[in-house]
Amino acid sequence: MRNSAETIKKNSRKCRNRTTEIQAAWIRESSFTAPEVSLTQHTYLRSLRNRQYRITAAQVLIFVVFLVLWETAVRLGWIDGFIFSSPSRVAKTFCEMWRDGSIFRHVGITLAETLVSFGCVVLLGTGAAVLLWYNTELSEILEPYLVVLNSLPKSALAPLLIVWLGANMKSIIVAGMSVAIFGSILNLYTGFREMDPDKIKLIYTLQGTKRDVLTKVILPGTVPLLISVMKVNIGLCLVGVVIGEFIGARQGLGYLIIYGSQVFKLDWVILSIVILCVIAMLLYGALNLVEKKCLRGKER
Amino acid sequence: MRPLLELINVCYAYHSRGGETCALQDISFQVQQGEFIAVVGPSGCGKSTLLSLISGLLSPESGSISYNGDFAVDNTASEGSALREKIGYMLQKDHLFEWRTVYRNVTLGLEIQHRLDEESQARIDKMLRDYGLERFRDARPSELSGGMRQRAALIRTLALGPELLLLDEPFSALDFQTRLAVCDDVSAILHREKKTALLVTHDLSEAVSMADRIIILTKRPASIRKILELKFEQEGLSPLARRSTKEFQEYFNLLWEEMNDNEE
Repeated sequence: MRNSAETIKKNSRKCRNRTTEIQAAWIRESSFTAPEVSLTQHTYLRSLRNRQYRITAAQVLIFVVFLVLWETAVRLGWIDGFIFSSPSRVAKTFCEMWRDGSIFRHVGITLAETLVSFGCVVLLGTGAAVLLWYNTELSEILEPYLVVLNSLPKSALAPLLIVWLGANMKSIIVAGMSVAIFGSILNLYTGFREMDPDKIKLIYTLQGTKRDVLTKVILPGTVPLLISVMKVNIGLCLVGVVIGEFIGARQGLGYLIIYGSQVFKLDWVILSIVILCVIAMLLYGALNLVEKKCLRGKER
Repeated sequence: MRPLLELINVCYAYHSRGGETCALQDISFQVQQGEFIAVVGPSGCGKSTLLSLISGLLSPESGSISYNGDFAVDNTASEGSALREKIGYMLQKDHLFEWRTVYRNVTLGLEIQHRLDEESQARIDKMLRDYGLERFRDARPSELSGGMRQRAALIRTLALGPELLLLDEPFSALDFQTRLAVCDDVSAILHREKKTALLVTHDLSEAVSMADRIIILTKRPASIRKILELKFEQEGLSPLARRSTKEFQEYFNLLWEEMNDNEE
């Protein structure tokens, strides 16, 4: 009985202490920034910020723990470093390849092929979607073919492309495109079709033509869709390019992975995978920036 | 006096795989220069179809629509499009494009018709000033209130200098209070610009408060049930002022009875 009473007292004191702490911080901070922010709003903002810190900290922690565990496991002989590689071996390989310059060649080739095939997908995909939109009969004719080609595993096409186009950059770029193009045509075309019919009617009431509908409503109205489709596609292009490089390349990260696994240089394989992760992240991040810029331009 | 717009025995039907839906049957009426006509009828009776026909977006299956004595039957014919330039069409929603500024929205029609020159720009500037939108010239449509958006849509229509305005329930997307205010605004603007207007609405009180004549349509397939001429003791009243006159109540009741007979 006495005990519990004491605990309550202690707790309430703790609470009070905590409150005064927050209040003090509030007074301190508010005198510098925005004095009109209320105490509850301040507490709320603070809890938001704390939550963000916790999330970031956990993300970093997972990465660090993973690296440390991997390295320790190899060092203590739990797993074989020859097969599983290790962070330090990967780092060492990276430094070596940096010094002899071969890493730049491989990364550069893969990156260039991905960007070229992505550019082609953007142009051809938008162009084809516009064409289908212009001619609904054509779109009805082609629809089953597009659906089949879209659901076909594109890796099945890669060997064929190599035979037809030769083991060169051209066929790898086409392999990259083949993964992304059909999906983007279908997505964009669907987006074009879903445009509010009254917005289209508006253009006609202003005596516009179908061309005006395209340039004044459809294209500017589907910019957000275009960007989100492209965000997916840049990753798909990378997938296609790596598949292409598996089969018919003398350089590039896909080549490095296949070659490394064949000669048991697993450090190369792991390094390539790590670099692919970084590339995918950077490409996605770049498109995110573009999206933010476009949308901000719109809100202004 | 030659009517500005004349419809003679106009019929129209929609075709789909499921069959034929007759929307309009034997519609004939005239609109004189400077008149404000309201068209009322049960929902789905083909009121909007009527406007699409007059504006040339659709062509009548039979009958004729003549504008100032010229026949405008086919919207694809080039002479048809010359006639269409004299007709402005305001849709139910404002459909201001969020990716354009208010100014670029109101100049959309001029841009499409390649008529955006100094003279038309000066006219637009004046309208923006007159209708209290000058401050929002470079704003995005989402920053405007409902009433302002509707005014911007009206400027977009008026920018092309139409002689006849077709209004397809232009206030139905607004809340009641805004609606009364915008209704007054638009009516004042149309009177000032001396425009002829044809308003489609399902709101009977709106029709009585704005129109000189009311065309009552029957259920689908719509034909003309009655044309009601409105005479107010005091002329030139604003829609809001009309609502408090005793004639308003009488006309409203008359219209209400007509419409309810219609249901049977």
